[in-house]
Amino acid sequence: MMTNLSKEQSLALWRKMLLIRRSEEQLAKSYAAGMIPGACHTYIGEEAVATGVCAHLTYEDAVFSTHRGHGHALAKGVPPRELIAELFGRVTGCSRGRGGSMHLFSPEVGMMGTSGIVGPCILQATGAGYSFKLQNTDRVGVAFFGDGAVSNGAFHEGLNMAAIWDLPTIFVCEDNMYATEVPFTDATRNQDVAARAATYGMNALTVDGNDVLAVYQAAGEAIQRARAGNGPSLLHCKTYRTRPHSEGMRDGGYRTVEEVEYWKQRDPITTLKANMIAAGQGVEADFEAIEAEIKAVVEDAADFAKNSPYPDPDTAANYIYSAQ
Amino acid sequence: MRELTFTAAAREALTEEMARDSRIFVVGEGIGVRGGNFNTTLGLYEQYGPMRLRDTPIVERGFVGMCTGAAMTGARPVVDFMFFDFILDSLGELINQTAKMQYMSSGRLKMPIVLRGSIGIGSASATHHSGSYLPMFVNIPGFRVVIPTNPYDAKGLFKTALRGDDPVLFLEHKLLLNSKGHVPEEEYFIPFGQAAIVREGQHATVVALGSMVRKVQEACDELAKEGVSIEVIDPRTIAPLDVATVLQSVHKTGRLLIVDENFGPCGIGAELSAQVMESGFDDLDAPVMRLNGLHTPTPYSPALEAAVVPNTQTILQAIRDLLAE
Repeated sequence: MMTNLSKEQSLALWRKMLLIRRSEEQLAKSYAAGMIPGACHTYIGEEAVATGVCAHLTYEDAVFSTHRGHGHALAKGVPPRELIAELFGRVTGCSRGRGGSMHLFSPEVGMMGTSGIVGPCILQATGAGYSFKLQNTDRVGVAFFGDGAVSNGAFHEGLNMAAIWDLPTIFVCEDNMYATEVPFTDATRNQDVAARAATYGMNALTVDGNDVLAVYQAAGEAIQRARAGNGPSLLHCKTYRTRPHSEGMRDGGYRTVEEVEYWKQRDPITTLKANMIAAGQGVEADFEAIEAEIKAVVEDAADFAKNSPYPDPDTAANYIYSAQ
Repeated sequence: MRELTFTAAAREALTEEMARDSRIFVVGEGIGVRGGNFNTTLGLYEQYGPMRLRDTPIVERGFVGMCTGAAMTGARPVVDFMFFDFILDSLGELINQTAKMQYMSSGRLKMPIVLRGSIGIGSASATHHSGSYLPMFVNIPGFRVVIPTNPYDAKGLFKTALRGDDPVLFLEHKLLLNSKGHVPEEEYFIPFGQAAIVREGQHATVVALGSMVRKVQEACDELAKEGVSIEVIDPRTIAPLDVATVLQSVHKTGRLLIVDENFGPCGIGAELSAQVMESGFDDLDAPVMRLNGLHTPTPYSPALEAAVVPNTQTILQAIRDLLAE
């Protein structure tokens, strides 16, 4: 999709997608090298969704995410240093080493947490919408979740509440076709997530989740609508994860090499670049400069993480209650 | 001296705090126009409207998760479960999310949420409207668990719950809701973790929870006629638990009984017993004893129901057994 975005705006989206891609490639490399003691769920292939949505958000808006949340954290403004350090278990990580890949907290930038449980982010984003409406602000709550969440009770309970109370909440379903390795087609008769949302009486649409401009436009309209007090929306973004569910896992038996290859041909980063060049919105050198810039940022982040201290064991039970 | 019922005292705390802080809102089934099944929010809807007195669909998991997100973003929710049994549908949200949020964010998020509901056996409510389940929550790091036994404590503890930044379970025993007691006009707060010595005595210490406080008092009145004096302690909050006050009392009396209508296994009596053994072993003249409700779902028929909770006679017998050790 082409929109009326300027070259600078489009390049900014491209830069953000590339930052997510290169950061996660670094994480995959670090995982293989034994630097990450726990899980590592990459978002590679799905970068257009987080990028297109978060481009419309400020630090005042609240994002709640799922176990595949590196991209959401980076798109919302968590520095790559803090993401990589968190997966390395260091005190300089965004969650101070308490979380790892599945528990990324940075309330300073409105990243209100990712979760190892599928579903709660939908309810919490609904609650953020309630809170922002109660406090008479134009802030919005955003939930990112996969196709695996949409048959969970939290999806139905959250969407219903957001609809009946006209809450400023955006539900972003990242449909990558598999809940870990269970096909979406085995999990529900009705895979049209927008249609399911519409039955609760909310604005809902289906979006090409590998087209950052399409996501950007749909999210922009949904967020504007929410900020204006016109209630929630759901975006059903169709996309694909090209790496295994989790680093170190085998990735066969549930999908074909041809299917993965098909989606790699639809890569959101190469697609945007090709479209921009074709439309005269940039030349190879523009993209090379950004590549070099991002490479330096990610290398610095990995060095920072590697050289950061581990948390002090004496702090393991701090912050259970507010007074501590 | 002004007297209020337990429910009116707690409602007065809510009313005062809602007037003071516009970020407080209440959710529950029938807490709006209806004013709550137990009159917990009577009259507040007319004053504050639907945004702050929000009737919900019957989705306990949903509205607990929703309120957790609201608490993370500056609001101060009160969840009115009506019957505390209904909280069980929201345990995943509460334990994995609500209770852990301050810890996982290294204290950068607060979790000011009050979860209230009626508990307790004794009104033929059968097994889905009579549970307490409180030891389960004490086992989880992150919750405050409050169980007031009179109107004065109900107001003072509810005020503290509403001012704090932690998730608080506020448990209201059905047999106490209409009991009356002195509640001063002037504002006051009761801090968490301070037990009340509701009766002083020399011969044994009895720790009683919830509606058991009154029944223990009745048993102690009987014993007083025989010249036996019992010290009765009402912990008021179970998390935090004021073990120091119990240890001081046991230092004086040498004997301890815990009376609790909740299940015995892994319960508050077991916990107190272990802590007194660890820190007050030399003060004990007899093994610590427990008297609990039976480890069974709650039956409906009054004949069966009465058999599953301690009563004045079984309490009396337990104290006599303790004194005979």
